[in-house]
Amino acid sequence: MRRIAELFAEPTKKLVPFITAGFPSLDSTVELVLAAEQAGADMVEIGMPFSDPLADGPVIQEASQIALDNGITVKTIIRQVEAVRKKSSVPLVLMGYINPIMRYGLDQFLSDVESAGVDGLILPDLPPEEGFDIYKKVKSHSLSPILLVAPNTFEPRIRWIGTMAEDLMYAVSILGVTGSTISANTKLKEYLGQIRENTDTPFVVGFGISSKEDVAAVAPLADGVVVGSALLKKIKSADDPVATTREFIEELKEGLLDKKGIKVSGRKIPESRSSTGSE
Amino acid sequence: MTTYSQPDDAGHYGEFGGKYVPETLIPALEELESVYYHLKDDSEFQGELDELHREYTGRPSPLTYAPRLSDDLKLNIFLKREDLNHTGAHKINNTLGQILLARKMGKTRIIAETGAGQHGVATATVAAKFGLQCIVYMGEEDIRRQQLNVFRMELLGAEVRPVNSGSKTLKDATNEAIRDWVANVEDTYYLIGSVVGPHPYPMIVRDFQKIIGEETKEQFAAMSGGLPDALVACVGGGSNAIGIFYPFIDDDVQMYAVEASGLGLDTEKHAATMSLGSQGIFHGASSYLLHNDNGQVQLPHSISAGLDYPGIGPEHSYLKTSGRVKYLDATDNEAVQAFRWLSEKEGIIPALESAHALAVLQQRKTSMEKWDNVVVNLSGRGDKDVNTIADYLGKDLS
Ligand SMILES: Cc1ncc(COP(=O)(O)O)c(C=O)c1O
Repeated sequence: MRRIAELFAEPTKKLVPFITAGFPSLDSTVELVLAAEQAGADMVEIGMPFSDPLADGPVIQEASQIALDNGITVKTIIRQVEAVRKKSSVPLVLMGYINPIMRYGLDQFLSDVESAGVDGLILPDLPPEEGFDIYKKVKSHSLSPILLVAPNTFEPRIRWIGTMAEDLMYAVSILGVTGSTISANTKLKEYLGQIRENTDTPFVVGFGISSKEDVAAVAPLADGVVVGSALLKKIKSADDPVATTREFIEELKEGLLDKKGIKVSGRKIPESRSSTGSE
Repeated sequence: MTTYSQPDDAGHYGEFGGKYVPETLIPALEELESVYYHLKDDSEFQGELDELHREYTGRPSPLTYAPRLSDDLKLNIFLKREDLNHTGAHKINNTLGQILLARKMGKTRIIAETGAGQHGVATATVAAKFGLQCIVYMGEEDIRRQQLNVFRMELLGAEVRPVNSGSKTLKDATNEAIRDWVANVEDTYYLIGSVVGPHPYPMIVRDFQKIIGEETKEQFAAMSGGLPDALVACVGGGSNAIGIFYPFIDDDVQMYAVEASGLGLDTEKHAATMSLGSQGIFHGASSYLLHNDNGQVQLPHSISAGLDYPGIGPEHSYLKTSGRVKYLDATDNEAVQAFRWLSEKEGIIPALESAHALAVLQQRKTSMEKWDNVVVNLSGRGDKDVNTIADYLGKDLS
């Protein structure tokens, strides 16, 4: 079974940090991803920088630019993932705009990332109408395509996306770019409830989740939460990015515990997974 | 001959075009498309637009025979005078059409991107006319280079928002406008400035610019009878070129589009998307693109800010691939020469962008026969470029 499907078949809520590859320095990626995993990340998203990231706010834009200035390339990212995979057992997801992937060569990219041990792909500027054939190919390489759903996505479309995604979807929390502020209000609840009603495909929520409190508020409404800009901001000003990453993930992870310190469960099955998170 | 019919229902021009955008924008593009298809053939809507063209912009713009240029080259050269439009360029044809769409859609907030400020001014103009809030994104680098247009937009009541990400130029201003649209998609209309971006924009902007070619066809027939032998236009995103070409596309007329090759095709400082780029996906569409081996978008260069863009409209990529349009280039230096040539010989100071189109005739880069009839799209006037030219010629105006 694909690693992502396996992880999300479990009833626990997942914490998914996002780390830009090649940031803050070219070779930070491996140690930061491993630190995140040790601190309890259930899955890690690795951002592939692009010069024109139009779904991203200022924090990820800046991190991407720094990484590009550091000389990050798709080729280097694939080598970094390979190194992570040797020591890691959590699902690894690459998130990136489509142009650098097409330039690398789609088929080459898919077979290279598959053999490097990548489990899923998030392609924010490849909606299903353009990506239909590409997402089929993604699946044929045993990778999970993680398609996006937004607060203004109509219900029949949610169902279509759910079917195409199969293993996991990414619910964008707000109308906006990454790093905006989220408010866990009734509107968000309704929107996430609507996704649940329309598809059995599990989903994580991201864009604007920045604290333990946000995690605690949003996690009950989804299968997991993604934290990106907030983590990158801390890394950028950190003396020791590895320690900072570990501490912040541990803190966010507390948002997934109930008052008795038991991990919050999403589905009915009582949860029993140990809090170290990896298996 | 089969009739030309692009794009297809999904917004593809052959292998180009499409909608490569974040999910949040899909409903907005679908709404725009359905409103547009509904209004496209609506006589009331078209009537309102026609009246604005006539009474606000001053259309039809004349077709002017250029006897002294013609003499120099042994060609019959005609100029389509978009420089005489209100606001000084073809950009107003598009902004008037789109602002009417925005009003029909009940949007109250207009956003736009601008490079040199020409599209920004044309957008601020129509927003003022219709009393709509207007925000124009402009790279900090361009703001520095184009103070006059910034002030113009402010006089027209628009807010100019500086963009300091990336290269701080047009491509980054476009990114920022798209981000704004993602966040405010419910009440905001994104008024794009050329035949670029995701479907349906390239089609809509083309349709609003095709009035250039429709008038040209009629005016040429009245002046000389028949059809011209060739059309020449400059391309940045490609809207003035598509505008003049489109109504002739099924006719036996040669078409030349001219991109900016800056300091030269053998240097790194150019905006020659067609000559030196390759297929890529940028600002929501698949088209030719200047990008490096890693798929990162490259910074273009041209003396003319309106041609200083690393991408090009998807329909142009289709027309290049099909061979229907020939894509040529002119350097900064050649454009400046053509700029002076037209100014001195005909008493018309052209926009630097339009000077690129003239330059390929002056440099004899086209394959035309003696006394062929050729129409050059004079997309804009050169008042905005006087400082740039002075700088280039080493003249101190202060
Ligand atoms: C006078 C003029 N011509 C041409 C252009 C290039 O745009 P397009 O290729 O869309 O016509 C511009 C853009 O600012 C312009 O101001």
